[in-house]
Amino acid sequence: MSPDTPPLLEVEDLRVEFPTEDGIVHAVDGISYAVGRGQTLGIVGESGSGKTVSSLTTIGLTRTQGARVSGQIRFEGRDLVGLSDDELRGIRGNDIAMIFQDPLSALHPFYRVGTQLVEAIRAHRDVPRKAARAEAVELLELVGMPDPKRRVDGYPHEFSGGMRQRAMIAMALANQPKLLIADEPTTALDVTVQAQILALLARLQRELEMAIIIITHDLGVVAEVADHIAVMYAGRIVESAPTTEIFRAPEHPYTWGLLRSIPSLDRDREEDLVPVSGRPPSLIHRPSGCHFHPRCPYSQPEHARIDPQIAPVPGRPGHGVACLLAASARERIWSELRRGRDAEDAAAAAGVKTSEVSSDAEPITATAAAAKESES
Amino acid sequence: MLTFIIRRILWGILAMAIVIAITFLLFYLLPSANPAVLRGGRNASPATIAYISAELGLDKPIYTQFWDYVKNIVLHFDLGYSYYSSASVTGLIADRLPATISLAGGAIVVTLLAGIPVGIVSAIKRRTFFDRAAMGTALVFVSAPIYWLGLIALYLFAADIGRFRVFDGSGSYVALSTDPGRWFGSLILPWIVLAATLAAVYARVLRGSLIDVMGEDYIRTARAKGLRERRVIMRHGVRSAITPIVTLIGLDVGSLLGGAVLTESVFDIPGIGRLNYDAIAHSDFPIVQGTVLLAALFIIAANIVVDIAYAYLDPRVRPS
Repeated sequence: MSPDTPPLLEVEDLRVEFPTEDGIVHAVDGISYAVGRGQTLGIVGESGSGKTVSSLTTIGLTRTQGARVSGQIRFEGRDLVGLSDDELRGIRGNDIAMIFQDPLSALHPFYRVGTQLVEAIRAHRDVPRKAARAEAVELLELVGMPDPKRRVDGYPHEFSGGMRQRAMIAMALANQPKLLIADEPTTALDVTVQAQILALLARLQRELEMAIIIITHDLGVVAEVADHIAVMYAGRIVESAPTTEIFRAPEHPYTWGLLRSIPSLDRDREEDLVPVSGRPPSLIHRPSGCHFHPRCPYSQPEHARIDPQIAPVPGRPGHGVACLLAASARERIWSELRRGRDAEDAAAAAGVKTSEVSSDAEPITATAAAAKESES
Repeated sequence: MLTFIIRRILWGILAMAIVIAITFLLFYLLPSANPAVLRGGRNASPATIAYISAELGLDKPIYTQFWDYVKNIVLHFDLGYSYYSSASVTGLIADRLPATISLAGGAIVVTLLAGIPVGIVSAIKRRTFFDRAAMGTALVFVSAPIYWLGLIALYLFAADIGRFRVFDGSGSYVALSTDPGRWFGSLILPWIVLAATLAAVYARVLRGSLIDVMGEDYIRTARAKGLRERRVIMRHGVRSAITPIVTLIGLDVGSLLGGAVLTESVFDIPGIGRLNYDAIAHSDFPIVQGTVLLAALFIIAANIVVDIAYAYLDPRVRPS
């Protein structure tokens, strides 16, 4: 992305809150990111980290759920937050399209796939039904659907998981969007099919020159396809960096946790996968200070008081992190972790005192929060 | 699909056969009174009763009686004769059926016209004043006994006794063929009363069903496609949410055609329900039996129609 052309999508200090009977759910808490034309951004985080809510908000789909939205979402320079429902509707499925996790439940079970595709086309373009149908067949062909002329008349339940997701993607591409938001597009699929869908997305991006935001809990998914990765925790972006940087020199203890919990073939088989201990925090009663401190093995007493803001990592353009540890300490800890040391040894070697992480630190206290979070 | 329909119809015939056997058992084997005595009138001599027994075939063995009974129903649509008037039960039913069809058909139309829009608006405008008022009213209509609602309606609106004399009252029914205008006028109150309780159920069921459906992923997809909200609600939401209503329509049409006993009695409509009510009051078994079989036939037929409609509505249950 060259500095003088503005990015396709610029999100600035976006906040999304849901008032509930138990309190306000701070689903998204002041995040900023940008996606350039033809670029791919990966947003990574656990369920309940706000990654889905932030994307749904981009196309105005949290409005119907009573969300309070502040901040700016600029798409081609136009602020989407202030648009009317009808103006936003004109952008949804047209300039910005979205695909979802479970393509079986995301497709209407009662309508033929072709009917649903035609509907997507005709929602934004005044195309005769017959021409739209021909386009639908072409779209299915584009996404690699076998036998598209026959499949266009099929119902979603007659398709395999991978074919359904292809149909969803075809529907999203109906009006040649400039931005495709893919929310966990491969999570519900078999591993081999996952790879096919990711390859398909990468091919379509090249051919159609569209930008993609891919939302996932799995760093492995975005490793291949994303140019830039934002790691979300408790409604905030805690680390943001080019993909190679995230894997080469991650800065945030939560990112370390995510990286160390990915199985990989070149990892020593004796080496254990390390889960991130504890549970995601309640978004109603968030931990004080750094929201990650109850689960962070390296947290210091003052981290419970000071709320870190995301700041550039010195000497690393495009890399930002929200962590209270000293940059030098972080560097030493990661190099120790990378050599296979556990958190305690790494901290000791880096001269940082470790803290006890109780396994159920900050359990989710409100059922409403759980309900809201289950949507993401 | 065709085999599915044929199979459903065969099952329906079996169910009907079972109903016929049960009604026979109830009315012939366990009579609460000897039919011959009932028919003989007051102070009938033993000889008269014996004669009547022989005439009705009551002296024959049970299996012969059952065979004759089934044969008459299946081959001749012959349901026997009233113990009192000696009129043919089939003829009586045929006379009464138009009134019942008029009442049932109109009531279902009013039910759908009222219940479906209210259910949709309540679901979409959930927890608003409209929703609470509509659901509160629905609760009253569901809970109130229908004869009470009928009497209140007559008290308020009947042309003869009402406070506001706007609609024809009890006993004003005329056949459609006699005078379509008066036929319509006389049925307005019964339609509204019958529809009130049904529409209340429909509105509540549809509201609940639509609220569930509007939370489905495919509704989010429809919105993400940029469809107008109206289309999202009607084409994607209501289309799915309506399936339980189809079941209700089927069962209600079936049971209404079998006779709305209370409504027909309150409004004095000469329908199947009224026929049945009078027959029960007089222990006129052949008529009771005939109306019970008719009701069973309608309900079984309605069930078959519902099953076929389901297969049409939901491609996932459609047999390939």
